[in-house]
Amino acid sequence: MSDSIGKLLQSAVSAITDSTDLKELENLRVAYLGKKGQVTALMQQMKGLIAEERPKFGQQVNDIKVEIAATLERQKTLLAEAGLAARIEAERIDVSLPGVGVDVGALHPVTRTIERITALFGQLGFEVAEGPEIESDFYNFEALNIPAHHPARAMHDTFYFGDGTLLRTHTSSVQIRHMQRVGAPCRVISPGRVYRCDSDQTHTPMFHQVEGLYIDEAVSFSDLMGHLETFLKLFFDQDDVRIRFRPSYFPFTEPSAEVDISIGGGDWLEVLGSGMVHPNVLRAVNVDPETHRGYAFGLGVERLAMLRYGVDDLRVFFDNDVRFLRQFG
Amino acid sequence: MKFSENWLREWIDPAVDTDGLAEQLTLLGLEVDDLEHGADLGDKVIVARIVAAERHPDADRLQVCQVDTGDGTAQIVCGAPNARPGLVAPLALPGAKLPGGIKIKKSKLRGVESQGMLCGADEIAVGDDGDGLLELADDAPVGTPIADYLALNDVTIDIDLTPNRGDCLSIRGVAFDLSARNDMAVNAVDTSAVPASHDQSFPVSIAAGTGCVRFASRVLRGVNAAAASPAWLVEKLRRSGVRSISPIVDLTNYVMYELGQPMHAYDLNTLKEGITVRAADGREQVKLLDEREVTPPAGTVLITDGSGPIGLGGIMGGLDSGVSDGTTDVLLEAALFDHLAIAGKPRTLNAHTDAAARFERGVERGLQETAIERMTALVLEICGGEAGPITVVENPDYPAESVSIELRRERIPAVLGCEYSDTEVESILGRLGVSLQASSTGWTAVPPARRYDLRIEEDLIEELARIRGFDSIPRTSPVSELVMQPVSENETPVSTMRAALVQRGYLEAITYSFVDADLQARLLPGNDAIALANPISSDLAVMRTGLLPGLLQALQRNQHRQQARVRLFELGRRYLPDGNGGVVETPLIAGVSSGGVLAQNWRSNPETDFYTVKSDVEALVALSGAHMQCEAGEHPALHPGRSAEVVIDGVAAGWLGEVHPEHSAALGLASRTVVFELAVESLGGRGLPSYERLSKFPGVRRDLALVLDQAIPVQGLLDVVRKHAGETLSELHVFDVYTGVGVPDGCKSVALGLILQDFSRTLSEQDVDAVVTRVLENVDKEMGAKLR
Repeated sequence: MSDSIGKLLQSAVSAITDSTDLKELENLRVAYLGKKGQVTALMQQMKGLIAEERPKFGQQVNDIKVEIAATLERQKTLLAEAGLAARIEAERIDVSLPGVGVDVGALHPVTRTIERITALFGQLGFEVAEGPEIESDFYNFEALNIPAHHPARAMHDTFYFGDGTLLRTHTSSVQIRHMQRVGAPCRVISPGRVYRCDSDQTHTPMFHQVEGLYIDEAVSFSDLMGHLETFLKLFFDQDDVRIRFRPSYFPFTEPSAEVDISIGGGDWLEVLGSGMVHPNVLRAVNVDPETHRGYAFGLGVERLAMLRYGVDDLRVFFDNDVRFLRQFG
Repeated sequence: MKFSENWLREWIDPAVDTDGLAEQLTLLGLEVDDLEHGADLGDKVIVARIVAAERHPDADRLQVCQVDTGDGTAQIVCGAPNARPGLVAPLALPGAKLPGGIKIKKSKLRGVESQGMLCGADEIAVGDDGDGLLELADDAPVGTPIADYLALNDVTIDIDLTPNRGDCLSIRGVAFDLSARNDMAVNAVDTSAVPASHDQSFPVSIAAGTGCVRFASRVLRGVNAAAASPAWLVEKLRRSGVRSISPIVDLTNYVMYELGQPMHAYDLNTLKEGITVRAADGREQVKLLDEREVTPPAGTVLITDGSGPIGLGGIMGGLDSGVSDGTTDVLLEAALFDHLAIAGKPRTLNAHTDAAARFERGVERGLQETAIERMTALVLEICGGEAGPITVVENPDYPAESVSIELRRERIPAVLGCEYSDTEVESILGRLGVSLQASSTGWTAVPPARRYDLRIEEDLIEELARIRGFDSIPRTSPVSELVMQPVSENETPVSTMRAALVQRGYLEAITYSFVDADLQARLLPGNDAIALANPISSDLAVMRTGLLPGLLQALQRNQHRQQARVRLFELGRRYLPDGNGGVVETPLIAGVSSGGVLAQNWRSNPETDFYTVKSDVEALVALSGAHMQCEAGEHPALHPGRSAEVVIDGVAAGWLGEVHPEHSAALGLASRTVVFELAVESLGGRGLPSYERLSKFPGVRRDLALVLDQAIPVQGLLDVVRKHAGETLSELHVFDVYTGVGVPDGCKSVALGLILQDFSRTLSEQDVDAVVTRVLENVDKEMGAKLR
């Protein structure tokens, strides 16, 4: 190789490997390999050579052309990699900073509890029905076998309106409306607001119940116990839950049972009232008690929510403190 | 009802301890509320008699007593004012531990040795009286441990009775349930007749139309009403929460607690002419035992004599006709009043007496004579005297009812889901006092008169389950046909609406359905709120006509707790009169939002405004696939320039807007608050999704900046663009709204992005230009909008 060709290759390789950005590299490509570049110019010199020297010279020039092109390509890759690495370094962020955006809210624990109850009974084909909250004396009391002056009325501190209508004291009124609408057989649960004229540490004037009703030809008290016991076990989903059925009295069921639960060996706490629908109630909605029977229950939603989530104050459910509500997200 | 365990065990003594007894009662439906154990005094607190008492040489208020302990004499220094020679009182000897934690030891009080402490009722926890020594009966056995003498090794059982079990407002009634539960007999007390030793009686009549069923009475002559009540009587009554007054009054209470029959004793010599039981006329006054003068409402049963009303029948006796220490002749009353005649009266008259509680629930018919016999025997034993004959007046309005119930054998397993043998049925019901006669299908049953709650077949079946125990009933699952039910796809469930708002950062609130009338009238005037007749407080007095008052109060409370960003929603009803005397309850979904749009963060966070909440509402509406528009409108609660009526598929569905600055100031809200309230029904319908073919050809976007009058709503501009752009317009966006330099005063520049696309070909420049030209011509013509 001639000196001049060797020098050209040397200077080109060193210029290329010294280059620090792609623009400089492009300029070098033009300077060496471009139409007016130094390698191209070298090719022009071939015309002045004798014929025997031309192939060798041409071969040498071509070799350094290939070498320079390869060096350019290598340097380009190197620079691109370095550039990417530099960019990545420059774009590094603190991933520990909190996210920016809308946070997720939460359902009220009462809703959450009602949805859980509805889901469990839904598996048994219970449909969901609703009824009015402002009720007549008939639906809230009389049709439920609680005539005027019945001592059971004293158990209900009722809110009245001037025209004698009232705020329902329990969701049991929906039993009557549902049976009037669909008759027997039926399987229904009805969640909703109920009201008692009472307010202290353990009572709020409004709370929630879920009523359940199952009427068919052969429903028995042992079925009631089976369903409710399974429901409570699944609702609490804990091994240390004990369930007790205790005789009680509701004018609209006979036999009647209150259900107590004890969690983790704690005290017995009443969570629901239940019983076999009283024949008088069935007759009031034109269902023949000789051919159809069934059970009904009413459970206190806040009570279940308190036990499940460890809430120790009923009043927080209606204070709507966002610090409380967020805990159910 | 509270009573002594020992007293109950005198009637029936099952082989279980106190806790076992309490569990039996609870599982019989006689729920034990509380077990009150007496103080454990041991044998170092004894009955003692003060033999001598002298003034302490160095203290005016102390006495130095010589006390007979039955085992010698002890010297006790005592400060009680009633310490006196002859008094029998409890004495705590050295080594005794008193309920308050005091340990007794020998000590010196002002230099004089005291070998123990004489006690008051409070100190040994048998009463609240702390004024002096507990005075025991003169014949109390000196030296006996006080715990034995006063039967303090006893437990007070407090049971919470359901209203159907009036029969268990007595020891006797509770004993019958335990008798059936344990299959053992009741040791009933002797109530055999006390023969009359004179023939004096007192005239009694029941006026027609009076709620008195029957009235039994007896004259006792020559009694010593000033005798002392024996310790057993005082202690049993104390366990039932009744204070001892005098032996005759105590015995009326005792017999009531024991047998369930309320009793009354009159001083015979205060009664004029004869007793007439009649209905009150609503004007006359009665002076009651508790010294109140009341005017009972018309129809209330009155006991009257020649001088006028002397008592409220079945509720409370009168002041002037009762027995006193000087009484020598007594008229005993054991009457039966119709529960309907008593019901509600105790509340009206504020006289919730033990007697009224029993009559309201029903007292056994026929028990009256038994109770008088029992009372007579006890009075004669304690106060002496001579008994006359019992006279009974019956009210012909109340013939004795005969109840008989058919109990079918096959019905028992059908209702309960388990079998009972005939022997078990007969044993359980027999122990409860139900008489049974075999019939072709089972039994004909006649319940005892005390059990007003046994009237139908199911009542008897419940007794079988209750007595054997609910625990003995198997848990089963009914067999039913599996029938698939339809599932609607055309409704948006409320749970989906809730979930959408939760995803957008809202917390679900539940506020009361009743609100403050004034606040509601300010926020939602013009609505006719339904008022409660008996509200619990004035701030919860009327039914809400919208969800805003409750939610704004919740927001206010949270802001008071330094919560700067609050987003709450509620799903609940409003209550409005329907105009025909009825009520319409409409489910609403409403929200309040205040503070930053995003959660608190370290970058920028724009404040909530109309448009950010509008996007929440749009998200709700989008669930149903409906089309929504906001039309400027005024709402009394909202900022007139920043509120809109929300119209969904052409129907007014609710409101969206910023809270009116005046209300915001009045409520003390810390920042701009945007609210919405929509009828749930308007969000509920959902059409089935319907597929539209997608174009294979590229779309072309053209952006137009249009200048138009600021007062024209952008919605109008969009409507015109859509109308004239034709079918190739596939999307239309507003991407900027600008006022300021370069735009004439009173005008705004609205930048629109139109995306045009055809199904059959790629649109040419000419096609696109034609659309743009057509749009520009028409927006100019219809609303004077010009290209900027």
